[in-house]
Amino acid sequence: MYEFDWSSIPGALPFLWDGMKISLVITAQAVLIGIVWGTLLAMMRLSSIKPLSWFAAGYVNLFRAVPLVMVLLWFFLIVPEFVGQLFNIPKGTDLRLSSAMAGFALFEAAYYSEIIRAGIQSVPKGQIAASYALGMTYGQAMRLVVLPQAFRNMVPLLLTQGIILFQDTSLVYVSALADFFGAAYKVGDRDGRLVEMLLFAGAVYFVICFAASQLVKRLQKKYHPA
Amino acid sequence: MGYQWNWGVFAQPSATGDDTYFGWMLAGFKMTIGLSLSAWVIALLLGALVGVLRTVPNRVLAGIATAYVELFRNIPLLVQLFIWYFVLPELLPASIGDVYKQSNPVLQQFLASMVCLGLFTSARVAEQVRSGINSLPRGQKNAGLALGFTLPQTYRFVMLPMAFRLVVPPLTSEFLNIFKNSAVCSTIGLLELAAQGRQLVDYTAQPYESFIAVTLAYILINVTVMTLMHKFEKRIAVPGYIGGK
Amino acid sequence: MIKIANVSKHYGDFNVLKDCSTTVSKGEVIVVCGPSGSGKSTLIKCVNGLEPFQSGEIIVNGISVGDPKTNLSKLRSHVGMVFQNFELFPHMSITQNLAIAQVKVLGRKQDEAIDKGLKLLDRVGLKAHAHKFPGQLSGGQQQRVAIARALAMDPICMLFDEPTSALDPEMVNEVLDVMTELAQEGMTMMCVTHEMGFARRVADRVIFMDQGAIVEDDSKEAFFANPRSERAQQFLAKILHH
Repeated sequence: MYEFDWSSIPGALPFLWDGMKISLVITAQAVLIGIVWGTLLAMMRLSSIKPLSWFAAGYVNLFRAVPLVMVLLWFFLIVPEFVGQLFNIPKGTDLRLSSAMAGFALFEAAYYSEIIRAGIQSVPKGQIAASYALGMTYGQAMRLVVLPQAFRNMVPLLLTQGIILFQDTSLVYVSALADFFGAAYKVGDRDGRLVEMLLFAGAVYFVICFAASQLVKRLQKKYHPA
Repeated sequence: MGYQWNWGVFAQPSATGDDTYFGWMLAGFKMTIGLSLSAWVIALLLGALVGVLRTVPNRVLAGIATAYVELFRNIPLLVQLFIWYFVLPELLPASIGDVYKQSNPVLQQFLASMVCLGLFTSARVAEQVRSGINSLPRGQKNAGLALGFTLPQTYRFVMLPMAFRLVVPPLTSEFLNIFKNSAVCSTIGLLELAAQGRQLVDYTAQPYESFIAVTLAYILINVTVMTLMHKFEKRIAVPGYIGGK
Repeated sequence: MIKIANVSKHYGDFNVLKDCSTTVSKGEVIVVCGPSGSGKSTLIKCVNGLEPFQSGEIIVNGISVGDPKTNLSKLRSHVGMVFQNFELFPHMSITQNLAIAQVKVLGRKQDEAIDKGLKLLDRVGLKAHAHKFPGQLSGGQQQRVAIARALAMDPICMLFDEPTSALDPEMVNEVLDVMTELAQEGMTMMCVTHEMGFARRVADRVIFMDQGAIVEDDSKEAFFANPRSERAQQFLAKILHH
């Protein structure tokens, strides 16, 4: 039978915490960019200007058809070189990490955009008509009337997507970013205690994600009592 | 940009000499399809079972099903995969574990990937099945019971056939996800599509061609699955109801 | 046939049914009415055990519904029920809807079950629709099929839970006509309904419920001529003004 030895965890905690901070930073920036860029994409997709709507549809469908791992590899291996050449950035500069983070945010924006589009469409059409009747422009109607209602309906979904996104950050493993999972793996590998470190990492993710999802459920009950 | 495009690279014999680079791609493509389909079978069977259990009146069964879903939903896929691949063989009784560890490494990678993807996806399928069942009008269950059906019969003849139809569209998106998620299995060395793409970048000097080809292959899978599922949805549509004629 | 004795039911502190007692004899037609939320639907669902109750006793054809040892499925297979929202099975054709329970519950042969179902479908005037699906029929037609489906099980009595309240006004009569015919043939019936015209024509007794309690339980003549309770008087006055 396997004999567990958890002794490498206490000493590794500061290192793991650094990793967790990276996970959280990636999550936070991806949520932020994802929501802002996703909202723009959703509005483009719903706009009557055809080229805009085609662009948004193409963007969203492309990113949703490709695995996150592939996107991260693109942005880790290919894009930095491409961007480096394009802007004549000196060869030694390491763009790979920021590129991977950008790729992650651009990927998640496609998913956010679909949530937001559904949210906007859930607001009755009469609301826009009523806003126009009051003399508002399209922009005003969106900003003051439609989006606030849409976001209220979407909050649980956006938060749930945030939890999924936090789990997805572990995949930056393929781009050598030392997030929480990467850190746990490194410690386990170094000490020959991979079994314990992987179980520990799983438990930490579970506690965080489970607690967060329970919180979302509570919030949902509070604002949308069935 | 001094890049030399060369799509002919796929026809060249590979570095190991026994195949072309296109052959590598094709092998990866087959692995992705095989892995995803076998994991999908596990996900559908287990997911349907767990999803149904979540709706039954028996608290113990429903509780076990809920715990199952929460466990697999709240741990990242990559972590689950590493646990299946690196941890589980260590925790098996030594006799079984040793046999397993001495088996073909590709088989080990495939089994861990299949079980991991299957169970991970089954939790998602279970959620869709549960919400499908819960979205049926409450009266349907009563109508089944009132005709003298037992509870299992009511599920089998009345609730599940309808819930199944409601659940097909969301399951399509889970089906698409399983192909995309299979790319995660490249991290334990399974030579599926994404891993082959990475290998191509390492072995040829043509990163753009390699990645474009792999990306197109994923898009091809995506479009094919969507088309097939759309046809399937039409075939099972109930006349006079959502999506029916 | 049906004996309800001192039945009470509560969700937490809320009393849905308070000490309800009544009986339905063979061949009798009982109409249960009352304002919404008065517990009448709950009461009728207790009769075939679709709703559990905490105290009291319900005996149907000599079998206790509340007894945990009772095989409820078997009991329900010969107590017909018709629901407010029809509850035909949308994924099955009308013929399959009529046959499925006969085959799977009563163990009849498929041919025999279809034959019987089609005969009853003819009786409710819908033979031409046998191959359609429920979603392709109007509400009134669906409800007539639902009655035929219940009759196909050869029920010893029929329970109707607001069978016309989800229907457009012009379809109410086609359903009431089928029910009236059934009553005249001597079927034992317990009907939760607001259709006072139906009650006047065919009911033997009228039960009036309010706030979970049976307030009146009288012959229809007595009920309509001179309701004893003030609430029943108000209820009748309101119905007339609709």
